Amino acid sequence: MRLDLAHIQRWITPGSRVLDLGCGDGEFLELLRRERQVVGTGLEIDEQNITSAVGRGLNIVQQNMDEGLGNFPDGSFDTVVMALALQAVHFPDRILDEMLRIGAEGIVTFPNFGHWSCRLHLLSRGRMPVSRFMPYNWYDTPNIHFCTVRDFECLCEEKGIQILAREMVGNTQRKPLLARFWPNLFSVTAVYHISR
Amino acid sequence: MSAYKSPDSVGLVEPQTLHVTAPLALACGRELHDYDLVYETYGELNAQRSNAVLICHALSGNHHAAGYHSEEDKKPGWWEECIGPGKPIDTNRFFVVSMNNIGGCHGSTGPSSINPDSGKPWGPDFPLLRARDWVNCQALLADTLHIACWAAVVGGSLGGMQAMRWSLEYPERLKHCIVIAAAMKLSAQNIAFNEIARQAIQADPDFAEGNYLQQGTLPAKGLALARMVGHITYLSDDAMAAKFGRDLSSGSLEQGNDDEIEFQVERYLRYQGGRFSTTFDANTYILMTRALDYFDLAREYNNDPVEAFSHAQCNFLVFSFSSDWRFSPDRSREIVDALIAAGRPVTYANIDADEGHDAFLMPIPRYIDVFRAYMSRVGDS
Repeated sequence: MRLDLAHIQRWITPGSRVLDLGCGDGEFLELLRRERQVVGTGLEIDEQNITSAVGRGLNIVQQNMDEGLGNFPDGSFDTVVMALALQAVHFPDRILDEMLRIGAEGIVTFPNFGHWSCRLHLLSRGRMPVSRFMPYNWYDTPNIHFCTVRDFECLCEEKGIQILAREMVGNTQRKPLLARFWPNLFSVTAVYHISR
Repeated sequence: MSAYKSPDSVGLVEPQTLHVTAPLALACGRELHDYDLVYETYGELNAQRSNAVLICHALSGNHHAAGYHSEEDKKPGWWEECIGPGKPIDTNRFFVVSMNNIGGCHGSTGPSSINPDSGKPWGPDFPLLRARDWVNCQALLADTLHIACWAAVVGGSLGGMQAMRWSLEYPERLKHCIVIAAAMKLSAQNIAFNEIARQAIQADPDFAEGNYLQQGTLPAKGLALARMVGHITYLSDDAMAAKFGRDLSSGSLEQGNDDEIEFQVERYLRYQGGRFSTTFDANTYILMTRALDYFDLAREYNNDPVEAFSHAQCNFLVFSFSSDWRFSPDRSREIVDALIAAGRPVTYANIDADEGHDAFLMPIPRYIDVFRAYMSRVGDS
């Protein structure tokens, strides 16, 4: 399982209501249903992902979150999750607001553009980083709003969003000591637990 | 090989009739007694009686949803694409029940049946019906078949409206509600199209104020015209362009040629209208379109769809089709949004399809895949 998802799971209260924005093929919601007995709903726009997620017996709504989430009432979920999608939405700041309107808590994960390899790539080659983790060319990528760990925390501060917890996922499965002490330099994926 | 022998067809099927003597209180305030309900079933009811799926038909549909009526029968039931062994509504897993609604003209009591009180055909005096009347009849049939709770109630278009009404009228009697290309109420444009259809029928002199059976005539022209108008609204502009374009079936547009010109689309509509007018009853068509017009899911819930759906207890699957303008994806989104706001579990897919409203009857791969995936969940739960 993806490391960011393993962290999120611990923050989910058993039996709670979870909305997963950009739920992919539903792997994570299925895990939460099994391990945390959550009542889950997933939002997705990819057709094959929707079919796969429906096949897992999940409630999936075909909806593009860039076109708004106004159809979800205030406080209708306990936790709203958005895993590795922040960088792909049109208005990341508005989505964060919406997440914390719909849910009491939010969990956000995103690829950290401040990772040393990105910096080195940009510094040495002067070109946008392309890696196994971010395999797209700049002109043809779903990732249109990259940010760094520091960028994200500044945005939270500006918006008065409280960071309840954060986890930094490094390159390997080993304990990410470097990522813990220098998250903006060494974490590949940042995982945030937020609320108002 | 004969079509009925195909391994993914339910094969030969036989309609059954339930005769009901007890009076049925209708939404209009009148009562119906001594009436027939014609239905078909496919697959086997399991020992727990928990695998029954109810199919609700649309405007011109009937109980014959799948299979063939005889070895010579070339045309299967109207939803053969979705009902059968290995199909989304898998008859290896489910016991499928499909009933002709009252007011219809394929066996269940309707305007062309004899009114037991007068000994004459009901004709235009047949009581006005609402979707809830059909739902009540379906519940009666469920009682007769000892089905306490449907695994799923499924319907497209007007059938989807019945499925939604089920979820509010008998919330404890269905586990899943599958609503395909439907709406919580018709738009003014939709009602307008229905009124044109009714006017076409009523303007036919052979309609005789609806007493054509007694008079020995049939308003075939009016009914054909009504069907032609309806048919156009079930197709999309793109689908018609792809199917017919501006192709001619006879004549030529070249100069100096005065042969009679007929476009393919004209020929097709005339054929469809003509065929329909010989197999469908004009009074039924009027009755069914009225029931469509009158349907308003939330009317008695303070006109609040969220309040309405808060009475439901089942899971929902909602489908729409991108090019459907008669029951557009926006109408389905309204259903989905109301369900979300009511806190009901809902799955929604908008299927990219060129076929317009008719898409719900077509074997569109993504539609079939999502439908099958969801029905597999229905079977597991």
